[in-house]
Amino acid sequence: MSTTTARGVAQPAPAKVSKDRPRRGLGASSTLNFWLFTGPFLIGLVIFVFVPIGWSIYLSFFEARFTVSPSEFVGFDNYVQILTDADFLHSLVTFTVFAAFIVPATWGLSLGLALLVNRLRFMRAFFRSVFFLPTACSYVAAALIWKMSIFNGVRFGLANTVIGWFGVDNIAWLANPDPPWYWLVIVTVRLWLQSGFYMILFLAALQNIPRELYEAAAIDGAKPGWQTFRHITLPQLRATSTAVILLLLIAAYQAFDEFFNLLKKATWGQPPLVELYKMALGENQNYGVGSAGAVVLTMLICVVTLFQGKIMGFGRGDESK
Amino acid sequence: MTTTAPDVRKPVKPKRGGVIGNAGLYLATGVAALLFLIPFYLIIRNALMTDPEITGESWKWFPTDIQWGNITELFDDTTVDFAQALWNSVIVAILHTTGILLVCSLAGYGLARIPYKHANKVFYAVLATLMVPTAVTFVPSFVLVSSLGWVDSYRGLIIPGLFSGFTCFLFRQYFLGFPKELEEAARVDGLGYWGAYWRVVVPNSLNFFAAIATITFINGWNSFLWPLVIGQDPSAWTVQVALSSYMTNQTVNYHLIFMATAISILPLLLVFLFLQRWLVQGIAQTGIKG
Repeated sequence: MSTTTARGVAQPAPAKVSKDRPRRGLGASSTLNFWLFTGPFLIGLVIFVFVPIGWSIYLSFFEARFTVSPSEFVGFDNYVQILTDADFLHSLVTFTVFAAFIVPATWGLSLGLALLVNRLRFMRAFFRSVFFLPTACSYVAAALIWKMSIFNGVRFGLANTVIGWFGVDNIAWLANPDPPWYWLVIVTVRLWLQSGFYMILFLAALQNIPRELYEAAAIDGAKPGWQTFRHITLPQLRATSTAVILLLLIAAYQAFDEFFNLLKKATWGQPPLVELYKMALGENQNYGVGSAGAVVLTMLICVVTLFQGKIMGFGRGDESK
Repeated sequence: MTTTAPDVRKPVKPKRGGVIGNAGLYLATGVAALLFLIPFYLIIRNALMTDPEITGESWKWFPTDIQWGNITELFDDTTVDFAQALWNSVIVAILHTTGILLVCSLAGYGLARIPYKHANKVFYAVLATLMVPTAVTFVPSFVLVSSLGWVDSYRGLIIPGLFSGFTCFLFRQYFLGFPKELEEAARVDGLGYWGAYWRVVVPNSLNFFAAIATITFINGWNSFLWPLVIGQDPSAWTVQVALSSYMTNQTVNYHLIFMATAISILPLLLVFLFLQRWLVQGIAQTGIKG
């Protein structure tokens, strides 16, 4: 299906022109119209996306501290500095660990919730809304609840209260990298916030699976439950799963809000964007090195995305879907 | 009523689970739902308590005396001008949503429907920007916006965010599937692209516009990194930046912080309640389907 629409994009258009042309000579006017419609967007895209990227690459070869105008050409020095910066390298490790937890966890939880909700016979809309509701919450607000009411290091936090019922001592969830309890805090915030959104995607996909498949499987003697799930549901969800995983990875790369707010004063658990923020807008305002870091990070993301696309076959013949 | 519905639809369907299976299903869903609701409950609980109650020795599920006065105390507090931050957020989220809908839908339509020799090249240039996550470009974007002198201004908060390659892409995909016959009828009646777009295409696409508007509004209201970068002066803070500032204040006023959080979430909860149908449909439809 995707390939037919992909072809269909380019072809009907000329056909339409030739149909119209004898009537009103649309050749030049359609070019004009094209720019009328897309012009404002494209101009903005150039100014606010392409220019900053170009400027960033340019700036990354210059010394630029406390000023956004480059002062001295330094070649690859900024890149050497960022790639030997222990904090920045550590932030890449942090991201990898984070992605390794959050991507499968969200995938599993959102799929699980979708399966649950999909099987409900009544109150389905109610439960769907409940799981979806956290999407309305911002990362800042959620971080605030997590830090100040659930995972406080002191007695009045909910988590410590609950483990206290079982006689477990208070845990300083965020104040200590060893043991790394802060991961539990970080991962649960994001799970709570984003699972509902991906659950909606899975629900839509589940409802698209033809019922006949399950009936056929039942006739062939497949037991409902794990067997049908593994041999019918999962394969039918493949395309959605791929898209979800890609979106989750990209979202994980952009992690900033909850880390920034939960671990503001900490020296551990800082993802790349927080490091870049500190570098460019912190005390030293080093835009040169900050730009070099942005370039390195962008390249990394591109490589990972392309690589993942290759493995999972995402993007092939997908360009118009 | 509820029991007959499934039977009418699919009489051949074998009963799943039975009574015990169903009870288990509802128990699991109910427990999960409870866990998902607890954080919301905590916001309300804390917003309506006094600090000693929140930080007290023993955990209290309910405030002994509901503190409605916390609302006025929040707005009278002079350390953070929360009313100003709310106002900024309202302006920014509304203009952000309107602007994105206008700019990106037009571009999406142009890319999907108007024949032009180099349209494919233009489309690939748009696609290329999807590869670069917007959050990564905040350093160079800040550099640009500050050299335009737009720091601490609505312009700086709103305009750079309007050119979303992703939203343009979603609109293009949507318009590709829009029934051509409707437009052709309009063309026969003598409308140009512009007229057909405004008088036929847009009025027939309101569901999709509503879905994108809702998602965009939520993202605009909740965005944090860009407003944090641009809002150097407290008078330009949005709600999210104000909330974040509470967390590092020297004196922590729990009841005020949570009242502010509650108020910051309220508009979106209302949006959710009223527009949920579109939201769910929109998310399910917006191109990421199998």
